[in-house]
Amino acid sequence: MSLPGKKRLADLVLITSLLLLALVCYFLFSGSGSHGNVAVVCVNGEEVARYSLAVEGRYELNGGSNILIIQDGCAWLEDADCPDKLCVRQGKIELDGQCITCLPNKLTVTIYADNSEVELIS
Amino acid sequence: MKTKKIAVMALAAALAMILSFVESQIPAFVAVPGVKVGLANIAVVFVLYKLGWKEAVVISIIRVFVVSVLFGTAVSLFYSVAGAVLSLTGMVLLKITRLFSTVAVSVTGGVLHNVGQIAMACILLETNVIKYYLPFLIVSGVIAGVVIGIIAAIMVKRVDVEC
Repeated sequence: MSLPGKKRLADLVLITSLLLLALVCYFLFSGSGSHGNVAVVCVNGEEVARYSLAVEGRYELNGGSNILIIQDGCAWLEDADCPDKLCVRQGKIELDGQCITCLPNKLTVTIYADNSEVELIS
Repeated sequence: MKTKKIAVMALAAALAMILSFVESQIPAFVAVPGVKVGLANIAVVFVLYKLGWKEAVVISIIRVFVVSVLFGTAVSLFYSVAGAVLSLTGMVLLKITRLFSTVAVSVTGGVLHNVGQIAMACILLETNVIKYYLPFLIVSGVIAGVVIGIIAAIMVKRVDVEC
């Protein structure tokens, strides 16, 4: 496409700064990288359950809408009744701050490290 | 003159709906909620450049509501509205500056649409998970936005209507 030079430059500046912003966000929010030890389940923003990652188990969340598995210190959703199943495809989480989100069922599973729990509750 | 404008807008609205349907049939290729190709944005950007921002707002409103009724759920309507409002505001403001091409306008629209949807989700779910998804939402919005912007630019150039 033959764009006027000025517009092409402005476009490039905008796109580059957006990508830089993404990079900054990535480093800012990628979490502490340490292993968490508790999985907190929230529905509609309210905590409904809290499971230790040390205890293996299979839990039916939210009246069976999502099935949570905890094994080998990881948590993941095995199945869900939502149409897109994005929550299942988000895979296993184990690090402090990592999170699985199921938007259709308004459900989140977040991993926390024990020592950050105090901050979490307050 | 006016009839022609109505016809073009109806055409664009139909195009937006078809593209939304096509997109709803594409399986999600990244497991991040909120990531969308935004095919329907082709129609919105086209109208924004061909007719003006008011008309683009009308097309967006029609698209969001009709598509939610046809292919969505009550919850997805909230996400769509948030995405569309943020995306449209950004695109209109950027277009008014006259500094940028359709590609940059569409990129901004794409990124803001993704971010708006997930921001609404965070409000509804009362969580701050958005920050973990932000990098993916921005990058996917930029990639999709570039493609959509180029297609929309071609359409603006080739579709010869004077309204």
